[in-house]
Amino acid sequence: MLITILKDTGVITGVSGILAILLVIAERWLNNYGDCKINVNNKRELTVKGGSSLLNSLSEEQVFLPSACGGRGSCGACKCKVLDGGGPVLPTEKPFLNQAELADNVRLSCQVKVKSDVSIEIPESIFNIRQFSSVITEIIDYTYDIKGITFQLEPGETIDFQAGQYVQLISEPYAKVKQGVTRAYSISSKPDDVNAIQLIIRLVPEGICSTWAHTQLKVGDKARFTGPYGDFYLRDTDADILFVAGGSGKAPIKSMLEHLAVVGTKRKMTYFFGARTPKDLYLTEEMESFEKLFDDFAYEPVLSHAAPEDNWQGKTGFVMPFFKDAIRDPKNTEAYLCGSPGMIDAVTKSLTDLGVPKEKIYFDSFG
Amino acid sequence: MEISAFLLFWAAIFTSNILLTNFLGMCSYLSVSKEVESSMGLGIAVSFVLVFTTALNWLAYHYLLVPFHIEYLQYIVFIIVIAAFVQLLELLIERFAPALYYSLGIFLPLITVNCAIFGVSLFMVIRNYNFLQSIAYGFGSGLGWLLAILMLAGLRGKLREKMVPAGLRGTGISLIITGIMALAFVGFSGIAPIQ
Repeated sequence: MLITILKDTGVITGVSGILAILLVIAERWLNNYGDCKINVNNKRELTVKGGSSLLNSLSEEQVFLPSACGGRGSCGACKCKVLDGGGPVLPTEKPFLNQAELADNVRLSCQVKVKSDVSIEIPESIFNIRQFSSVITEIIDYTYDIKGITFQLEPGETIDFQAGQYVQLISEPYAKVKQGVTRAYSISSKPDDVNAIQLIIRLVPEGICSTWAHTQLKVGDKARFTGPYGDFYLRDTDADILFVAGGSGKAPIKSMLEHLAVVGTKRKMTYFFGARTPKDLYLTEEMESFEKLFDDFAYEPVLSHAAPEDNWQGKTGFVMPFFKDAIRDPKNTEAYLCGSPGMIDAVTKSLTDLGVPKEKIYFDSFG
Repeated sequence: MEISAFLLFWAAIFTSNILLTNFLGMCSYLSVSKEVESSMGLGIAVSFVLVFTTALNWLAYHYLLVPFHIEYLQYIVFIIVIAAFVQLLELLIERFAPALYYSLGIFLPLITVNCAIFGVSLFMVIRNYNFLQSIAYGFGSGLGWLLAILMLAGLRGKLREKMVPAGLRGTGISLIITGIMALAFVGFSGIAPIQ
């Protein structure tokens, strides 16, 4: 009986083993495209080994295009212009590209395989994006499921970002999770602190990275991230400002306010923070201290699920009905929104109905 | 089995078409049949894979599984052989025929899970075909599959400008067309029965 089992498994193992070796050899031989040159913006030339995706080839050369899904072709964030050598657009890219982008040679860099010399065009600001090593110096429990974690850069390192931008935190393998993942988090500290950043991380049920940050990270641990990314940042104008955030969406707004506190401002600002119950409110004192500091700033927490026993005196329901009274001149108002896609859609609609120009509504969606 | 390999080849195309009489390989048949060009590419790939996997599986069955008396493992061995071969083919096509690779794109891996390919290997065992018969049957089945998907792709191309009831658009009308084609092919079945 035992011999039969051994013999049977032996045959299967043998067959699969031989085929696997065959495939590895074929991969070596067929997927070997030699050295390829990537011409970036007609300014730099990178030499990489052909055969892997443009996204990965670039990141090996320390050029980090944003990518939320890690190259699976499901987020559409890693777009860049491929002027030459990219081959035809694949069916896997089409859902993410509109007509204008197709005409403009925009591709998903994770789907473009480097097989020959390639020339590409990427925004210069991408070169500002680097990978940082850091040490955790502080972990604050803001609420039962939101932590603020401070990442101190290595001595001598600095990070140059604009208030509102985000980084991609790289989690390390832990417990049953064998592979690290990257997840985007907005920087919540002000850009004037160049040696450290703070991230506000909400524990997502079953979330690989947030669970790692909440359960594994301790003060003194090392952590890596790339950045800064994003075009959600504070515009330097005189317009009135409406901030709207929910949950951990407080992070980029906190960065903007702290930055404004350093440089000073006379702008009229109102900050609506949507949460479910008083348990979900945090950093309230810091926000209220801004009311004294700025000439014209109001912090308005709005609770959607306050229970009678909470004794909540403030605003309740959704944030939208309160916009009307907060907006002085819709044409001269900028809105900065950060939260879930549903919240962003609802708020954008409400603001455009009130006459706020669409191009002045900036948002960072958790999607 | 007295049936000649030559007859088996033609029979596999027309009288017992793997798709239209056995309804195997439906998923890629329905999803790739939007354009004639990519249907052609996939059909050729399927024929190619069928010839080689049938041959390889015949050898594996008669020189590995039978001597060791482990015929019951044929499902696993056949699938491993098919998967490895398709992977190899994908690498080859990507390297030497980029245009074909781009037109098939993500659909190439679908061949691995194409039940027509697996089905042909199993029929070959059940019906006791010899090596030559198996290859003829495999090649014929591949061409039959190609024929079926080409016909559907052509018809779908014509349907594009026609009014199709909303609820039937896409897969719905394709299945109805396939059913009618299958009825037509039943007409051939008396000519050369192979079972």
